[in-house]
Amino acid sequence: MAITEFFDEMQGDGGLVRPHYADVSRWLDGMSSERMARKRAEANALFHRFGITFAVYGEDSGTERLIPFDIIPRIITAEEWRILEAGLRQRVMALNAFIRDIYHERSILKDGRIPEQDVLGNAQYRKEMVGVQVVHDVYAHIAGVDIVRAGEGEFYVLEDNLRVPSGVSYMLEDRRMMMRLFPELFASNRVAPVDHYPNLLLETMRSVAPAGQDNPTVVVMTPGAYNSAYFEHAFLAQQMGVELVEGQDLFVRDETVYMRTTQGPKRVDVIYRRIDDDFLDPLVFRKDSMLGVPGLLQAYRAGKVTLANAVGGGLADDKSIYPYVPEMVRFYLGEEPILNNVPTYRCSDPKQLSHVLANLPELVVKEVHGAGGYGMLVGPTASKEEIEKFRARVKENPDKYIAQPTLSLSACPTFVESGVAPRHIDLRPFVLSGKEVCMVPGGLTRVALREGSLVVNSSQGGGTKDTWVLEA
Amino acid sequence: MLSRTADHLFWMARYMERAENTARMLDVGYRMSLMPQTATEVEQNWVGLLRIMSLEEQYRATCGEVDGDKVIRFMIFDPENPSSIRNCLRAARENAHAVRDTLTAELWETTNATWIKVRGLTPEILDDRGVGEFFEWVKYRSHLSRGVTIGTMLQDDSWRFIRLGTFLERADNTARILDVKYQVLVSEDGGEAADYYRWSALLHSVSAFEVYRKVYRDLISPVRVADLLILNQDMPRSLARCMREVYANLQVVANDRSGETMRRAGELEASLRFGRIDHLLDQGLHSFLDRFMDRIYDLGNRISDDFLIPLRAS
Repeated sequence: MAITEFFDEMQGDGGLVRPHYADVSRWLDGMSSERMARKRAEANALFHRFGITFAVYGEDSGTERLIPFDIIPRIITAEEWRILEAGLRQRVMALNAFIRDIYHERSILKDGRIPEQDVLGNAQYRKEMVGVQVVHDVYAHIAGVDIVRAGEGEFYVLEDNLRVPSGVSYMLEDRRMMMRLFPELFASNRVAPVDHYPNLLLETMRSVAPAGQDNPTVVVMTPGAYNSAYFEHAFLAQQMGVELVEGQDLFVRDETVYMRTTQGPKRVDVIYRRIDDDFLDPLVFRKDSMLGVPGLLQAYRAGKVTLANAVGGGLADDKSIYPYVPEMVRFYLGEEPILNNVPTYRCSDPKQLSHVLANLPELVVKEVHGAGGYGMLVGPTASKEEIEKFRARVKENPDKYIAQPTLSLSACPTFVESGVAPRHIDLRPFVLSGKEVCMVPGGLTRVALREGSLVVNSSQGGGTKDTWVLEA
Repeated sequence: MLSRTADHLFWMARYMERAENTARMLDVGYRMSLMPQTATEVEQNWVGLLRIMSLEEQYRATCGEVDGDKVIRFMIFDPENPSSIRNCLRAARENAHAVRDTLTAELWETTNATWIKVRGLTPEILDDRGVGEFFEWVKYRSHLSRGVTIGTMLQDDSWRFIRLGTFLERADNTARILDVKYQVLVSEDGGEAADYYRWSALLHSVSAFEVYRKVYRDLISPVRVADLLILNQDMPRSLARCMREVYANLQVVANDRSGETMRRAGELEASLRFGRIDHLLDQGLHSFLDRFMDRIYDLGNRISDDFLIPLRAS
């Protein structure tokens, strides 16, 4: 999909460099492409040596792929971050309030703000969670909110990832790498630090321990060394100084969770789990799960252990629920949303459906429960035939689809084969909710390395950049 | 610490040590095969090596006739051979990968880098570079990971399970080398010169040649070789030293189930500490070593049951 008009993060009208990029722009001008290529090669070698990779396990073990790292930072001003941070805080608080409400009073449904069917009929809704008290009413302890910029001060939330959002280890490693490769840049720019993230995460986890556990034991739970995000699980456990456990390391007795240690059983109070609801407990969810712990949900419901994120929170990050998030902010907080939603048409609504059908060539149409770009129509680049085929599918099953206008993502200078050129980016900040809501300034910037591409996913050749929030 | 973590660390260390010992044995076998001797002698030399590893049967099933080049390839590359250097280094790396959060960055990088290097190795590259260089490399990678372990890891229970793995494996390997070589050497009736080379090769295989000279300042005699490799407390690859390390580390990690394991380890350790070589030789070296290997095997199983894979919940 070719987007000709887009917001350039570094250059404004007439190619004028924006003030917050002035230093980096000078630095770029002074650097030969040979040196840049050398630095990039150095970064790749280091990432490989540290094993900061995505596991691609096939025939032979140790086959691992790097996520391309781009050496040109993405910069956010203090002013922009102030707005983003307030917006993120507000949004995540509203989402937590919503999940709590759904599993308790359901006042938002009773008030008719969201159709009951969209919520209670949702695949991510977990009836097991009805009436369950969770510590501090927090469900989405770690949220990775995907944000794109369309224009000056114009940020849109694309997606709220509330299940097991990943990528934070790349945010931290990208920063370490930049400081190692180009320490001089950090002397001339006041970049807000991010490396205290593991501390904040540990504090957040400890703050949601079951009542009475004064010195709680926190663990990170992984599906295992063959999971593609295993590096991140191990990284976070190590940085927090807690055990990295698999399901087989845990067992439940008298509704209490223990881990098997060389000194006998040890009680576990908080589990930062990086494994989906479905696999958590074979007694309740998928019976064939070898990754989970029998009896875990019972211990959880009894309040003897905290799971982060909570079971059933995925409800709020579903595409069919997304359009209602601004309404949640108004309903629960009595505030106007700070961050924009991308306008979304729900085809289940007859009026919106007719608008969608009339404007298919301009819209992106997505399956409500689809992921990874499957079952998707990108109007501006689709052929007439494809559009007509999609029209028939949407008409037949309108409940299954939503539609959005095609957004033009902002672009940031990136070092590619042809030299330095703008490439489209997004931003995933990580919001932590425990007793308090907190976050480190910035997030993970993903970049679509192919010219014109809007797909930033690492599975589709996307890369990452160090993300700077400048201090005022 | 987590039992599973301890298990991975224990096996990471065992496999690294095993890779090193396999390289040592192959290196000596290779060097001995270069000495002037009959074809039967050469073959006996390789058969002995396969027996040390309890792999003769498997080798004959896959490769047929015993032949130096084939044995070397079998012991370096064969995917079905659990003790092949490639498989050991892979297993060491897999175990490290499973617990990389408990390893220091240096230790993980060392183990990972070793595997990445050996993964790319082919028989053609090996022919080109020479096997001797490769064996040397494996030994040095093992030295490196041990050094990185000692130099960077916190000396807590993680470290102790690594040490347990290293010394239990080493005790087993030294016993094997001694058992097979000793039988071949004492039964043969070669000239003095040939004997000298064979005994010195055995010492070289456990890096004990210079040590022997220093300790005894005398000619190489079978009894002293046995004494050095079994009872000498200061010799880092001797059975006595290995057992001392095993026992000491077990004492620190002890839990409420490990009493019997401790007792058995202590008994074995004491028998070596207070043992006399003439008594051992009187009861027959082979039967002594045989029993020793059984007891090492038993200890390995007991450590697993007590610490590493507790089957019961408590």
